[in-house]
Amino acid sequence: MFKSVHEKPGKASDMTVLVNGVEIGAWNGETVASVLLRAPGAGRGSTVSRTPRLPYCQMGVCFECLVIVDGNASMQGCLVPVAPGMRIESQHGPREISK
Amino acid sequence: MKYDVVVIGAGPAGMSAAIRLRKNGSSVAVIDEQHAPGGQIWRGVERNSGPVAEALGTDYRKGAALVQAFRACGADYMPETQVWQIEEGWNLFLTSGGKARRIGARVVLLANGAQERPVPFPGWTLPGVMTVGAAQILLKSGGMLPQGDVWIAGAGPLPLLYAIQLLGLEGRIAGFLDTSRKPGIAALTKLSGAWRDIPGLLKGARWLRDLRKSGKMVRGFHDLHAVGDGRLQYLEWQSAGERRKVKADVLLVHEGVVPRIHETMALGCAHEWNELQNYFTPRLDGWGETSKAGLFVAGDAGGIGGWLAATLSGEIAGLGIAKHLDVSFDAEGERHRAGLDKRLASARALRPFLDALYPPPTASIADEVIVCRCEEVTAAQIRSVAKVSAPDPNAVKAATRCGMGPCQGRQCGYSVQALVAEAHGIPPRDVSFFNIRPPLKPVTLGEIATLGDLEDAS
Ligand code: FES
Repeated sequence: MFKSVHEKPGKASDMTVLVNGVEIGAWNGETVASVLLRAPGAGRGSTVSRTPRLPYCQMGVCFECLVIVDGNASMQGCLVPVAPGMRIESQHGPREISK
Repeated sequence: MKYDVVVIGAGPAGMSAAIRLRKNGSSVAVIDEQHAPGGQIWRGVERNSGPVAEALGTDYRKGAALVQAFRACGADYMPETQVWQIEEGWNLFLTSGGKARRIGARVVLLANGAQERPVPFPGWTLPGVMTVGAAQILLKSGGMLPQGDVWIAGAGPLPLLYAIQLLGLEGRIAGFLDTSRKPGIAALTKLSGAWRDIPGLLKGARWLRDLRKSGKMVRGFHDLHAVGDGRLQYLEWQSAGERRKVKADVLLVHEGVVPRIHETMALGCAHEWNELQNYFTPRLDGWGETSKAGLFVAGDAGGIGGWLAATLSGEIAGLGIAKHLDVSFDAEGERHRAGLDKRLASARALRPFLDALYPPPTASIADEVIVCRCEEVTAAQIRSVAKVSAPDPNAVKAATRCGMGPCQGRQCGYSVQALVAEAHGIPPRDVSFFNIRPPLKPVTLGEIATLGDLEDAS
């Protein structure tokens, strides 16, 4: 769906991260929500109908990017910069605690 | 820890206010959801260089100097930090890195900017549909360009600016669905004053002309649907009595921006209704102080004005706060000497025109459309409750869970207000907003537990 202008054939990405256990290249400056748009099948399941969702606003106001980052659930992926080796996992259904 | 001033947001307004206050020797903390200063407008400005910075334009590159001055001003900068509660007096409860803490302040300045106005339509929850602002953030963050058949649907300066930036990087657009009413997006190109970036403007005008010639510009349509199985695959719309259908991989939508008001709403500040743009703003005095003493607002959070007006209103709020902290401070004199009012008036000169040129959409939301993305509540469900209850969005919330999800009404608030108004045959301004209650951002019990002894934390 998106591709970085920095991506060139034969040029390594700035880092790799794991999305649902699968390695994917990532670029300095991007957020977890940005990676979710490139990783196949990385969407969230909506709370009620469990239909697939992907990040919508990228600015912290839609919460479609809720995701598990390095074991921490319900993180807003668009507010978390990527880091080498980061483990990102899709979150399905409602948030567990919080509120 | 107690500061003279805590600023929320490190965009043009927050940075300008912090720099001003540091010059006066105040202790200042600046809390930012983002990981680097600049706000959305100058996101990534310290990192972006080469073709990306070039394509983002001169207004974008101007942010670098202010960010540099902010970094050097001596304020305590707290990136990747969320404010989930503000108590009068003032105490702010924060989370960052999974830990909660509390800081105190004599004065709080909200400089948390704006968000894009959510406009629900059939299929807007499909993967592949997102806002123009989101796509622009992706461009500023990792140099991301949308791939495949990319469509833009919307109105206002941002879609045009983004399209120019995208094309500057060899990105491609399959078509542009112009939702503006007469005189249309092309009128913007006549307003050379609106764009200090003249080469960019010419490029935009040329691009619009080419787009119209190539038949990629769609105007005078209605009933847009995003359609697909698990992701966006097609767009459909009604035009000249015909149903049109095109392939689409990405749809970027934009219908203007509205101030972020959750914080001032939660604190019970007085608000006013903007008739031209259908949004609430906190009521502010000439220095940006709200109806609550010691709580100030600057920048787009107090009404949409753009980045230049935001830097100036940030400086004015900084002076007003300095006076609040020390009554002997000559804020009026400083304000006059710096010519702030004149500069602000000129920065805002085009705003009434833009507001009138791009009125918010008023089309009724179709029954089957999901209005509340979080709890998946449709317009029909909201209408059926609204018809039989008082004209109050909170009644809809209690009956349908609409607005109770993690976004807390940031996406559905104005749509619910409009639907309630419609059901009762009254103007939206006569309908209140959702009651906003803390936490302002979801916070986990685990994070709260890390607060420990509150007295220690202070
Ligand atoms: S993408 Fe909307 S909150 Fe993160």
